[in-house]
Amino acid sequence: MSTPGPATGIAKGERLLRVEDLEVAFTTEEGVVQAVDGVSFELSAGEVLAVVGESGSGKSVTAMTLMGLTRSPNARFSGTAHYKDQELVNASEDELRRVRGAEIAMIFQDPMTSLNPVLKIGDQIAEQIQEHQALPDAQARERTIELLERVGIPRARDRLDSYPFEFSGGMRQRVMIALALSCDPSVLIADEPTTALDVTIQAQILQRIHELREETGAGVILVTHDLGVVADIADRIAVMYAGRIIEEGTLDQIFYDPQHPYTWGLLGSITRVDKPRPERLPAIRGLPPSLANRPEGCHFRPRCPHEFPKCTEVPPLESRVEGQPNHRDRCWLPVDEKREKREVRPGEIGLPDKEEAPAA
Amino acid sequence: MGPWELAWRRLKRNRVAMASLAVFFVLVGCCLAAPLYAEHVAGRGPTSTNATGTIKVDGKKTFVVTPDGTPIGPGFRKQYFLGADSLGRDVMVRLLYGGRNSLFVGFMAALITAALAVATGLAAGYFGGWTDRIISNGNDILWSFPVLLFAIALGTALALGGLNIGPISVQGDSLWIPIIIIGVVYIPYFGRPIRGQVLSLREKEFVDAAVAQGMGSTRIMFGEILPNLMSTILVFGTLIIANNILLEAALSFLGAGIQPPEPSWGGLISDGVNQIYTSPHLSLVPGVAIVIAVLSLNVFGDGLRDALDPRAKVRLR
Amino acid sequence: MRFTVRRLLNMLFVLWAVSVLTFLIFMVMPGGGDEQAALRIAGRNANEAQVQTVKKEWGLDDPIYAQYADMMKKVFTGDLISYVNQVNVREEIVRGIPRTASLVIGAGIIWLFFGVVFGVLSAVYAGRFTDRALNVLALVGISLPVFWVGLVLLYYLTDRIALFPPGGYTELGDDPVDWAYHLILPWFALSILFIGFYSRVLRSNVLDISSEDYVRTARAKGLSERRILIRHTLRNALIPIVTLFGLDFGAALGGGAILTESVFGLQGVGQYAAESIGRLDLPPIMGVVLFGAFFIVLLNAIVDILYAFLDPRIRLQ
Repeated sequence: MSTPGPATGIAKGERLLRVEDLEVAFTTEEGVVQAVDGVSFELSAGEVLAVVGESGSGKSVTAMTLMGLTRSPNARFSGTAHYKDQELVNASEDELRRVRGAEIAMIFQDPMTSLNPVLKIGDQIAEQIQEHQALPDAQARERTIELLERVGIPRARDRLDSYPFEFSGGMRQRVMIALALSCDPSVLIADEPTTALDVTIQAQILQRIHELREETGAGVILVTHDLGVVADIADRIAVMYAGRIIEEGTLDQIFYDPQHPYTWGLLGSITRVDKPRPERLPAIRGLPPSLANRPEGCHFRPRCPHEFPKCTEVPPLESRVEGQPNHRDRCWLPVDEKREKREVRPGEIGLPDKEEAPAA
Repeated sequence: MGPWELAWRRLKRNRVAMASLAVFFVLVGCCLAAPLYAEHVAGRGPTSTNATGTIKVDGKKTFVVTPDGTPIGPGFRKQYFLGADSLGRDVMVRLLYGGRNSLFVGFMAALITAALAVATGLAAGYFGGWTDRIISNGNDILWSFPVLLFAIALGTALALGGLNIGPISVQGDSLWIPIIIIGVVYIPYFGRPIRGQVLSLREKEFVDAAVAQGMGSTRIMFGEILPNLMSTILVFGTLIIANNILLEAALSFLGAGIQPPEPSWGGLISDGVNQIYTSPHLSLVPGVAIVIAVLSLNVFGDGLRDALDPRAKVRLR
Repeated sequence: MRFTVRRLLNMLFVLWAVSVLTFLIFMVMPGGGDEQAALRIAGRNANEAQVQTVKKEWGLDDPIYAQYADMMKKVFTGDLISYVNQVNVREEIVRGIPRTASLVIGAGIIWLFFGVVFGVLSAVYAGRFTDRALNVLALVGISLPVFWVGLVLLYYLTDRIALFPPGGYTELGDDPVDWAYHLILPWFALSILFIGFYSRVLRSNVLDISSEDYVRTARAKGLSERRILIRHTLRNALIPIVTLFGLDFGAALGGGAILTESVFGLQGVGQYAAESIGRLDLPPIMGVVLFGAFFIVLLNAIVDILYAFLDPRIRLQ
């Protein structure tokens, strides 16, 4: 167990995850909140799928539902999610427990609060190892040290007996990554792994995730609200808005040929150092809809400067661009109009400012 | 809809809590009506004795207190509805008057506790530094006394000679002695959470905004911070009243609270202790009254806390 | 280590402050000059000669700090004497300690155990019938006056049905079974309030911690619910309970058991205090108050040290 290798039991390119029509709703005081509204996607071994969206878009709920972490008395699910041949949405607790940690592992957003403050980190990692593999204590300890070294924690042998509060934020996130990798999972879900960290640490963590994907061949779902973060490591991107995937495609397709106005807005709001400074920071006008009370038809319609009457009909997620069968989106606009409208300034993709909204 | 209206609506929907509050108000109402009851129903006051008298029960003349000292028990009649005690006094009348005293003490003491705890908590939390250190250390020392013992110490010391500090002079058997004692004893209990909240509120932006506007400290404390403390104050206040009723009962039972001949629920229980086996109603009935009062307050307090709690009931696992 | 030393020093300071406070309460505060003070110490029914003796022995003509020194000397040399019945206070207290300890330690074990078990059950089955039922029981439990519960138990379980002995105490050394037999009802009476309170606190803690991020991480590791509950949730939720228990246990040992002891006639320190209060006999009350405060402060310090031991964040600052 000394050299990292591909996770046991997966072949390169093998399809690991297939999510079909996933719906998640929560009953609250204010009514039924539809957090996830018909989401479908696939993940193959060795690829990084970035799920991008604002808070409230449903991206975290989707990710956590795959591991059954959103189950509660007031939650309703429909649709399926298959990990290899194990269905997850309706699986029993026992079945889920076998998958958690061992097959699908998660790195959470906030490393400050995601580790038990009163247990040593060595114990917390060994705990997961011994849950899934019956190893004697000494061996589990050795394996833990290996993992900590692998994620770049110096003097790992000494730090085994340290408590979480003795680490910095970046270090703690590395511990979380070590924890996630401890049982060689085939799927790694990273839920906003860098949001709570300094910008300088962000790059390091992402780099680590990238390298580990290379080493282990696992499939990675990277959930984030920051398009800039995904530019280096994502293979495919799924953009979510108000519970639906509104566009998905390869990295190049999304960055260079985006088909949905929301995506244009996201791209346009990335501040660029290689372009002249804009007078105002571009932002998408308006606010995301309340998930208890969503607009009819296309969810983005009220904020979209390009909306027209057909938008009151829900646009299905399908491929509309010739020659790009895997590039899907939910926008009724004809493709050539899209390519025209998305350039607010020559060579710059984005949404027009309020004052510049076109008549019609 | 503002947060207060929202909370009020949530509270109203909690039928158990509202029923509880109603029960408490009915109890208070009955006790307040004590003089009416004494005059029109029972025909005697709380201290009027009748050790040798007789009344008609089922047409027969019966001793209120039998020659060997056993008083009459409860029954469905206008006089001595809950029976009599060994001096021939009407238990029901004493219960209602005692309730007036006990509830009055409990409530007024809570006001004192709230006022002083909020004042010291605000000062300690807002000003910090030496003010905070003095107040917090003072609280710690006060809190080192077991509440009951502290109250007993004060109660006995003051019952003998009354309170004479400067211009304030209170008689040893006045109701204000237990009120002040119980009020003071719970200040640390209430003051600490207030101080904690003030500490975190002080860091919020609206305080910075107020300072930038040139508002003075007093105005900030009372105008900006205090309104945000209201929900804590309300919930704690309800709990404190409930605890006060229990503490007062304990003190009066021991003789360090409301001094006889003024009736009090605790005092009534202690009066009946020696006859617990022959006339259990003397000690058992006032306890039921206490339990009703305290339980209704606790249930309502729970409902109040749930209604004011901003945390949504949705908890993602 | 340095933490422990600091804590012990703090403890000594607080004890000193408590003694000063006690002195102020009994000697200074009620006011009225030395005549009044002498009257208080000598007791309600003292005659003139006794009052004069007290005045001399307590040096009530001397300045305040001399009086304080004198009082402390009496306390430490065990020279505190009740003027009402000439009994040495320290001897009485020492005699009562094993009885009070039997009551409080037994009750403490019971209430800690049941409080935790009920609390965990309520949290695990939150919202369902078990939880609701336990919550009702807990609410009732915290609304019952301890002494009244004792009386109810005495009446129904020792008189109406002679299931238990009607109070009294048997030495542990003489007959352990009988010792326990006599203590069952007092243990129950004393624990009810705490069981109710602790189960609610624990339920709240467990529910709060269950929604913490690290519990979610534990679940994501594939651990069984039972393991998550014990190793992660409870490990954190029980820490504040330790503090609470230490404080309550200290308070009960220090005098909170007064009411239970009096009702069941256990002749422990608490009952001694109660009887002295009834007679408004000052020296024993002073002695008991100091004794009680000492235990509270001691247990406070122990609890703080224990807390540091359990929570690495405090320990390794």
